[in-house]
Amino acid sequence: MSDAPVLFPHEAEESVGRVRAVLRVAVPPTLVFLVMVLIWYGITFFVLEPDRRFLLPPPHGLVQEGILDLQTLGEIAGGLYRTTTVSLLGLAIAFALGFSMALVMSQAKWIERSLYPWAVVCQTVPILAIVPLLGFWFGFGLMSRVIVCVIIALFPIVINSLTGLQSVEPKLHDLLTLHKANRWTRAFRLQVPAARPLIFTGLRTSAGLSVIGAIVGDFFFGRGQPGLGILLDRYSRRLKSEELLTAVIAACLLGVVVFWIFGVIGRRAVGHWDPSWADERQKE
Amino acid sequence: MDPVIEFAGVSKSFGSTHALASIDLTIRKGEFVSLVGPSGCGKSTVLRLGSGLIEPSSGSVSRSSDNIGYIFQEPTLMPWRTVEQNVRFLGELDGMSRQESTRRTAEVLALVGLEEFRRHYPLALSGGMMMRTSIARSLLLDPELFLFDEPFGALDQISRARLNAELTGLFADRRFAALFVTHSVDEAVFLASRLLVMSKRPGRIVAQFEIPYSFPRNPSIKYEPEFAVLAGQVAAALAEAS
Repeated sequence: MSDAPVLFPHEAEESVGRVRAVLRVAVPPTLVFLVMVLIWYGITFFVLEPDRRFLLPPPHGLVQEGILDLQTLGEIAGGLYRTTTVSLLGLAIAFALGFSMALVMSQAKWIERSLYPWAVVCQTVPILAIVPLLGFWFGFGLMSRVIVCVIIALFPIVINSLTGLQSVEPKLHDLLTLHKANRWTRAFRLQVPAARPLIFTGLRTSAGLSVIGAIVGDFFFGRGQPGLGILLDRYSRRLKSEELLTAVIAACLLGVVVFWIFGVIGRRAVGHWDPSWADERQKE
Repeated sequence: MDPVIEFAGVSKSFGSTHALASIDLTIRKGEFVSLVGPSGCGKSTVLRLGSGLIEPSSGSVSRSSDNIGYIFQEPTLMPWRTVEQNVRFLGELDGMSRQESTRRTAEVLALVGLEEFRRHYPLALSGGMMMRTSIARSLLLDPELFLFDEPFGALDQISRARLNAELTGLFADRRFAALFVTHSVDEAVFLASRLLVMSKRPGRIVAQFEIPYSFPRNPSIKYEPEFAVLAGQVAAALAEAS
């Protein structure tokens, strides 16, 4: 891909343009962040009575109790690690399963009609309702947590992949028919490559959901090695608001980072030919 | 010369719609046949029957070879492949060797004037360049028969006139058999060695014209009086058929 053409000439401009572009992307949200921190301090010190200040401790309190306290930091880092592992494992399985389902469904209408409703059921299952059941069947360890992630992350992958596989221009199908392509060639030389932009869209959505699934599962199973879910539960029960807020922020950051990483992967993989994944700077 | 494709009493219905009524048509190597007709008269159906993508309801279509270049209304490129990779694609399907396909790809890209753009993705091409890529892709396998389904309809006048002239050059060079569907009378006359007029549905061939100009053709022939007379006759036949 290194010799890909320069579609948008200003991409090749000197680094001044690049720095300016980075600033333009980074400065506005940073300003918003600073404003939010100010509002936070305002609430802590001017809205809350001193005896109710534990409801929203000041940001520097979080740094002291949540990050500089090595024991808490270790706890949260460990939880973050376990939750990340569970969600990535769940996402990988959901992808393998969901993509295979979509591929099979794209091969015949009757298969699509048979499986589609079940994919929808997967989406509509109130996940909290089956968490106890999963614990009952599979125990309260890694496996149950991963299954929660798979259930919650499956649907966007199936639907996006299927839509992608079916999005091929009919005339391209005609072209392959004329040249006597078999089903295998049609699937892997035409449908799968064409589906990639939507597959990455599904992956990005599901990655976020999988993080949610990992935290929810952990929270409700409440046993085993603590992930972020258990920590959130524990800190809130013990009214450790600094630690609680730090864990909440860690969970949010995990979601953001996962979303961002899958965005980068998608842009790298198909941004040079798919307009919806093209680099933001190039769209302007 | 042996016929490359022959329609014998071909008719086609889709459900209760009678699309084509008894088409008889023979095209030989070195013949460029244009087909004009009112919208919805079944011109594209003739091409789909000719390529074997669909079967006639009655009558028969026989071809001397399955090596057909089908140029669709849209460029029909794979957006994830570069110009070069798009052109190479049919070679990959047909099991052409890597060296052979590299050599042929360079050759046909030169023929349509796209060498400079071979590493570009379709996203970065103009409509005219996409159509050239599409034509180059078909040329890779050096087909005996070209079927054109109004390929230049979406282009601006300047690109269209240029591609028309280039197509006559390509035809002079390769002497394949061609069936070119359009509803532009000018384009049909300019490209054809023989021109057929179809009636409205159910489509039949109602008039035929021989176009005497030699190939390749210069766009300036469009402003000669003989050309105007021919185009006038075709337009009159088309008006009568509509």
